[in-house]
Amino acid sequence: MALQDWRLHKRPFAAIAGAPILWLVLFFVVPMGIVWLYSFGQNVGPADIAITGTLDNYKRATEWLYLSIFFKSLAVAALVTLICLVVGFPVAMAITFASEKWRPWLLLGIMLPFWTNLLVRTYALMTVMGGNGYANRGLGALWNGASWLKTLVGLQPLEAWTPVQLLYNNFAVVVGLVYVHLPFMVLPLYSALDRLDRSLIEASLDLGAGHLRTLTRIVMPLAAPGIAAGVMITLIPALGAYLTPDLMGGTDSQMIANVIERQFKRANDWPFGAALSFLLIYAMFILVALQSLRSGRTAKEAR
Amino acid sequence: MALFARRAVAPLEYTRKTWMRLWVLGVMAFLYAPLLVLMAFSFNDSKRNVVWKGFTLKYYVKALANDSLVEALVNSLTIALLATVISVVLGALAGLMLWRFRFPLKGTVEGVMALPIIVPEICMGVAMLIFFAKVQWPTGLPWPLNLSAITIAHITFCFPFVAMVVRSRMASFNREQEEAAKDLGASEWQTFRDILLPHMRPSLVAGALLAFTLSLDDFVITFFTSGPDTVTFPIKVYSMVRFSVTPEVNAASTILIILTVALTAVALKLQGVKAFAEAH
Repeated sequence: MALQDWRLHKRPFAAIAGAPILWLVLFFVVPMGIVWLYSFGQNVGPADIAITGTLDNYKRATEWLYLSIFFKSLAVAALVTLICLVVGFPVAMAITFASEKWRPWLLLGIMLPFWTNLLVRTYALMTVMGGNGYANRGLGALWNGASWLKTLVGLQPLEAWTPVQLLYNNFAVVVGLVYVHLPFMVLPLYSALDRLDRSLIEASLDLGAGHLRTLTRIVMPLAAPGIAAGVMITLIPALGAYLTPDLMGGTDSQMIANVIERQFKRANDWPFGAALSFLLIYAMFILVALQSLRSGRTAKEAR
Repeated sequence: MALFARRAVAPLEYTRKTWMRLWVLGVMAFLYAPLLVLMAFSFNDSKRNVVWKGFTLKYYVKALANDSLVEALVNSLTIALLATVISVVLGALAGLMLWRFRFPLKGTVEGVMALPIIVPEICMGVAMLIFFAKVQWPTGLPWPLNLSAITIAHITFCFPFVAMVVRSRMASFNREQEEAAKDLGASEWQTFRDILLPHMRPSLVAGALLAFTLSLDDFVITFFTSGPDTVTFPIKVYSMVRFSVTPEVNAASTILIILTVALTAVALKLQGVKAFAEAH
């Protein structure tokens, strides 16, 4: 049945639409609008900001110092997304082709960390990756094992194991972001793979293609919308990540969100922070637009 | 054991291939090992997180005796509860509006409603900070009114998720039922209460759980809206991790993990594993 025209049902429409639209305008559109206006302002006093229409904040934001942090954030987010895709795809495949009995439990296994508090998870990962944590001890055990093997074949043993610095560097940020965002990737991949027509895979295997070829020529093209969705769902929050680089990163691993935060807390330069925020939002818009362009093209091809 | 089943592996039984199983096992270990280590060491009788010195509950006693930590947990749960109730109402209305009506600028409204979901948390946090400073939102109110700014911020990013869930549930509604009810003399309100609401119920439960976890989980947006006397659990844990890592944090985190698992178990009980998996 067609949608109802609001003019024919004015009272129910007002009763239903009034509250959510009012809320959205008052507590989302207005705050965002204020940030946007502030990005064209300048500090005139310690707590006074004049909106003068200046473009200085944007000019400063596109200086190389900030631009390089921005590109670095983008590179880190892209790397994290790629790792999540490579690690998550076989998991999504496994869930899709698991038996009826196991599938819900595997899904639950992926979703439970996603429901667990982000801060708790980051903290847990930090204890494992710390100087005396289990990750370091595991590596130490491997090292000692290798050393022992070398003595076994009559070579000089390796020098004594010294714990490696796993935390507070760029490596830790990437691992932390992968840890946090992996479920974001697996779930849309699973829902795309689940909708796949299995007879197509069977046909491909019957006609002599190997598993790898079937995967690259049949499964991946058919699951492309799910892959694109998973990439977006991982890339966008990873690009704006604040907590992981703040807690797990070193002095050189700050991302764009950390720079924004500093403008509002320590540096107290709200107009500049507002301009940086809006540059980040514009970057999101571009990503989303690319995605919808792509899915629009796919839909056209399908017709 | 299923692992050593003698039945031949069919071509599509990828999950029964050994390397696939090892991969899934590895990923699960990566996801769960840190949490399990954290939980195990909350019972460890040692100041540092490294060597097992014996079982103790003293860090739980300490954590529960830490007034500011308990206060933060109570604040978080209060905010989550309030935010969930209001988000479910607003989200259900928004979902119904988008499902039922044709109105001018509908595309714009839909787009704006999706924005709180995609706009980076940091930008929304900044917006909330500036907004509440600009309108000079009263601070220093008695509890729980002092939590109003955080609650409002949470509702703003929670209710679009509820709207999404409700709308996709309503797509499976048979409009003829509504017409039949109206033909038989039911008023607009009666139709809503007796026909639409029962159909919506599973999505309301799913939306409520989603809103509750999102609110309880949020750090960044709260970080910008909370003041010195309105500390939530994630903010408290953050400052504890930042400045002094004590096993108390392990104990407090374990309590929160158990709370999450319990909530998930309730959701499973309400919906069944399969329906639960499909709803999310």
